[in-house]
Amino acid sequence: MKKKEDKGNRRKFLKNTFTLGAAALATGSGAALAHKNESGGNGKTEKVKVLTTEGKVVEIDRHIDDCKIDPCAPPIGNAARQGIPGRSFVMVIDLARCKNARKCIEGCQKGHNLKPDQEWLKVYLMKDNPEGEPYWFPRQCFHCDNPPCVKVCPVGATFKRQDNIVLVDENRCIGCKFCVVACPYSVRIFNWDEPPESDIPHEEYSPEVSVPAQIGTVSKCDFCADRSREGKLPYCATSCPMGALYFGDRNEDAVSNGTDTLRFSQLIKERVGYRYREELGTKPNVYYLPPVERMFDYESGLDKLPEANQKVYDEIRFGKNGKNK
Amino acid sequence: MNTANISIKDFVHTLEKPSKKWYFWVAVLSIISLFGIYALIRQMIEGQIITGMRDNAVWGIYTANFVFFMGLSYAGALISCTSQLLRIKWTKPLMRMAELLTVSSLIVGAPFILFCLGRLDRIHYLLFYGRIQSPITWDVIAISTDLVFCIAFLYFTHIRDFAKLRDYPNLNTANWRKKMYKILALGYKGTADQKKYLHQAHDIMAAIIIPTAIIAYSLLSLLFSMSLRPGWHSTIFSPYFVVTAGYSGVALLIVVMWIYRKTQKLEDHITNLHFNYLGFALILLTFIYAYFCFSEYLTDWYNQTETLHLLLSKFSDFSQFGWLSLFHIVFAFIVPVIVLGFPWLRSINSVTLVSLFIVLALWVKRYLIVVPTLETPFIPIQDIRPEYVNYSASWVEWALSVSGIAVIILIFTVASKIAPIIPVSEVSDAHNLEKPKLLFKTKGE
Repeated sequence: MKKKEDKGNRRKFLKNTFTLGAAALATGSGAALAHKNESGGNGKTEKVKVLTTEGKVVEIDRHIDDCKIDPCAPPIGNAARQGIPGRSFVMVIDLARCKNARKCIEGCQKGHNLKPDQEWLKVYLMKDNPEGEPYWFPRQCFHCDNPPCVKVCPVGATFKRQDNIVLVDENRCIGCKFCVVACPYSVRIFNWDEPPESDIPHEEYSPEVSVPAQIGTVSKCDFCADRSREGKLPYCATSCPMGALYFGDRNEDAVSNGTDTLRFSQLIKERVGYRYREELGTKPNVYYLPPVERMFDYESGLDKLPEANQKVYDEIRFGKNGKNK
Repeated sequence: MNTANISIKDFVHTLEKPSKKWYFWVAVLSIISLFGIYALIRQMIEGQIITGMRDNAVWGIYTANFVFFMGLSYAGALISCTSQLLRIKWTKPLMRMAELLTVSSLIVGAPFILFCLGRLDRIHYLLFYGRIQSPITWDVIAISTDLVFCIAFLYFTHIRDFAKLRDYPNLNTANWRKKMYKILALGYKGTADQKKYLHQAHDIMAAIIIPTAIIAYSLLSLLFSMSLRPGWHSTIFSPYFVVTAGYSGVALLIVVMWIYRKTQKLEDHITNLHFNYLGFALILLTFIYAYFCFSEYLTDWYNQTETLHLLLSKFSDFSQFGWLSLFHIVFAFIVPVIVLGFPWLRSINSVTLVSLFIVLALWVKRYLIVVPTLETPFIPIQDIRPEYVNYSASWVEWALSVSGIAVIILIFTVASKIAPIIPVSEVSDAHNLEKPKLLFKTKGE
């Protein structure tokens, strides 16, 4: 019985996919003018008003099949392995805008109930060659299409979903840390200690929410899958004061940082977007825009840091033996 | 070597009523082992925060120990099985030691990978949700198969000695021991049929174990080489690991031989000849191992990518891994070549001492495989927490490592109380060994 229903929904979804605009995305981005059309009730003709990339307000069908309940509850257990049908989440990070404000990290930690020393998102100082100017490089999980971490998991606790998101099911994880080792980007962290008490409301653990975390398991950036389900932007994107982080859906060809919604393909083409370490063949879903025509000096990102923290970057800034000092 | 005159009578005294000294020794080993269990329980209750492992170096000496102990097991399997198949006479007195080494280090080594698990309480998930795509699943299958085969082989080579002990008049032991021998001998009476079938069983197990052990050890290396990490992602790793395993195993076998020779006064059975022949094997393995090491580092060093450059520079940096690398190079290459290379330096004691240092150096090598690579990811670590940058093992990890060694010694101590450490039946049969199996025969035969 259940299977039949699923199939029905699947067909419906296939029909709806092609009528999608930037709807679900823009509704959550805060800047959008979207509001629900009350008359829609629980019918299938629910409409939303959205701002298009050209700046026009249009009314389009609200995509209804990605969640059945409102607010959409994150799925529990195996249901979380499917992903949201028809979605292909991507992220674009504009390196020219990042000044190491570290608000994305704080937002992420608050949203996912992480300890202050647990960073799903790290901001590195990078320098591509000795002559180059250092730049700040926010790095979270790349949600690769060919994820080395998923391959090595002995129990299928980490998995790739059809909406591009790679998640960890902490109820399944045995904590072997092979995925931590396999990830070439050092993205994954381990819950060495008992996680802090969570004040985030949750009924049952869902891999999409990742809260409450469990001791002895692996956790990492989940692209805020639960928020994406509700059509909201991830915590990092909404907390960035520079709007450096754009999140969106490749199928809709739109990414948004909360204030601007841009065409993904055009953005990557015009700004020469690239993926970190393309040669590893992992096919990341996070794109970077090169740090050209920067809005800030990279050193402004150091100002607020305590002196001990600044020392970490000395090798990048001044070379190994302080040669460039 | 007095093969024909060997008799169970000469060994009964090692099996009868244990002395107070023996009990004391067992008590000491048990206490060390129990302390390891205490450490493990603490780790399970408090979480891995009490280990030295952190993000970046998420594996530490547990993994190094795992690889190390599994490696020790490999040489025993190879030596006892090839000499069984090729009907080599001189290795016969060593076979039981080699097999015990295999089984005990497998029993101790395999759990070390489990100590790495953050959730030991979910270990059954490996069966419930096992994914065949994961190298860990390959390891689980290969090692458990290897363990079963090696225990079976060890038992098969015991059967005739158990029968002899069962039939020994006035054996001065507890009654339960006599009953145990009776059961374990499986009614072996030494009839022609029984002899034939037992011999066939030996041959079959030996023929199976050789490839199983090679597969198990090759798969072990894939834990590392299947990751994209610089320093690990290398095609040479499987044969390299197999050779390293054989090298460390032969070295430890020499040490075990020396200890038994001294403690049980086995000078008649473990002779100069054995140290000589295994010395030859050791020097040969030194060069093969050096060849693999050289190939690996030369390729890495010649054209260094950025991350590899960082990794290799840590091996020559004495504030990082410089001392450990130096220890490894000196005791895995230089000292063995010098001591085994010059005739006036060779003796039973010097060969044994060199072997002991080889074993230590190869443990260090495993540490140098695991830790530096983990500390050198593609994106260089930028962290203010020193324990996240450089790994150092905590007391929990050391306690478990030491108790692992204690358990191996304990297994040896108990096993050599149950049956003579020299396989009496095998050795006494050595002069009328069955002809080796032939692939083909010519007309004259």
